[in-house]
Amino acid sequence: MSKIDKDIVSGPSGHPMVKAEGVHKSFGLAHILKGIDLEVNAREVFCLIGPSGSGKSTFLRCINHLEKISAGRLSVDGELVGYRQKGDKLYELKEAEVAAQRRDIGMVFQRFNLFPHMTALENVMEAPVQVKRETKAVARERAERLLDRVGLGDRKRHYPAQLSGGQQQRVAIARALAMQPKLMLFDEPTSALDPELVGEVLDVMRDLAEDGMTMVVVTHEMGFAREVGDSLVFMDDGVVIEAGSPREVLTNPQHDRTRSFLSKVL
Amino acid sequence: MTDTVDKAPAPSVPPEQIKAIPVRHYGRWVAGAVVLGILVLIGIAFSNANINYGIIPDYLTDGTILSGAWHTLYISVLAMLLGLVLGVILAVMRMSSNPVTSTVAYFYVWFFRGTPVLVQLLIWYNIALVFPTLNLGFYKDEMNQVMTPFLAALLGLGLNEAAYMSEIVRAGIQSVDEGQTEASHALGMTRSRTLRRVVLPQAMRVIVPPTGNEFINMLKTSSLAYAVQFNELIKRSTDVSSTSLAVVEMYFVASIWYLALTSVFSVGQYYLERRYARGSTRGLPPTPLQRLKKNLRLFNSFSRPGANR
Repeated sequence: MSKIDKDIVSGPSGHPMVKAEGVHKSFGLAHILKGIDLEVNAREVFCLIGPSGSGKSTFLRCINHLEKISAGRLSVDGELVGYRQKGDKLYELKEAEVAAQRRDIGMVFQRFNLFPHMTALENVMEAPVQVKRETKAVARERAERLLDRVGLGDRKRHYPAQLSGGQQQRVAIARALAMQPKLMLFDEPTSALDPELVGEVLDVMRDLAEDGMTMVVVTHEMGFAREVGDSLVFMDDGVVIEAGSPREVLTNPQHDRTRSFLSKVL
Repeated sequence: MTDTVDKAPAPSVPPEQIKAIPVRHYGRWVAGAVVLGILVLIGIAFSNANINYGIIPDYLTDGTILSGAWHTLYISVLAMLLGLVLGVILAVMRMSSNPVTSTVAYFYVWFFRGTPVLVQLLIWYNIALVFPTLNLGFYKDEMNQVMTPFLAALLGLGLNEAAYMSEIVRAGIQSVDEGQTEASHALGMTRSRTLRRVVLPQAMRVIVPPTGNEFINMLKTSSLAYAVQFNELIKRSTDVSSTSLAVVEMYFVASIWYLALTSVFSVGQYYLERRYARGSTRGLPPTPLQRLKKNLRLFNSFSRPGANR
């Protein structure tokens, strides 16, 4: 099924795309992440599961520096996120440099966060035109192709309010892809959707996985994790409890906490 | 049952219209009569009053009055522009994480909102008493030469307006969901681009209606510039009445001009609100013009039966 698609930039598989070493995050007194170590390889679909409040969304947001980590090292494609290391000193990156890092990392939110004052097409064109300084013609052409790809070629003149939740989320995916990212982050992309609309979004994500996009997915869709996921991590209370292939972890969990979580959601 | 199926599909019979005796609202008739009665009394009072209505139309287009109306309009527009630009700057300062800028913005609003505009106008007009000369390094002049009635009016009205506008802009910016900022940051936009492209256009929906209000207020508040010798409508009206001796008539003339100006801008505001409502509702209501066109089309199709077939 996989098709050659010039919009999907997928590097050689195998090399680490995301690398976390002892990542901590605190909000004031609340210690959310307590030493996360993990590696996401290129072309891999990496699923994060766990109870709410376990820190999985926070970790995802650290990957594109929407949250600053408090300790540890976090790098994307070999580059530290939000910092530059010179000798043994860390320098915070300037705003423009952080923005430049984020260009290559697409993110899809639970609540879509489409720009409501722009049509679907304008939403997808916005960042390439504004950030990458592409001409409108080039951006429009790719935006139309991406909207076709997510099955919304006939909805490009619609405003988000005129689209269903599933359609909005598919536009949001197209919007992230328009920046030709090397990594896509999904923060519970189907949690805000009516049950009958979940499938259409998962189909788009499956399609993307087949094209070799590196994806980190925070999800409660165990079926999707099992079918599409290459690796899976179960997090609880800010630590990784268990990691492995989705089939192993989901069918034969080794830890009590994983077992009790899965017994509630499966 | 079955024989009805064999026949041609029965035309759907509209249900019989309900014909009931409506409830009588006697109270409404009484209230209507009372209000009309009062209006008639006011009308009689004014028609018997010592007012020379005949001269009002003549003075509406009098050169002095016209120039007053023009001065009112342009000082209002300029002061509003100054207020708007400064208001956005103050709002951004107020919300910045820099404690110096946010505190300064806070005290600006505190001062300019907390003192009467009239006092602010008079302070600007009399500023030469405390700063006899203006020395900007590259430019030096007597303050009395610099602080014309126009500049005093512009600064007095504009700086005061900025305090109100900054609160309106701030409320608008804060009304935009935080997810919007996150989404545009995630796409690699910087903070200033996020503000310009994503946050402000959405904040406009909240900002425009009270700003329209402010502008209409400004058209009327500009009459206070009378106190600093600025030739706006009220000053010009009093100038005329001091020679024509038609005092109240001139205030009527001025009122008609104020009503005309505020009406025109109310219409403008309606269209501005429509523009920024894009994407917020599933379908925009038609403008009065569009409604007129639609009705005309409908009328045409009625008057030419068969045109649609």
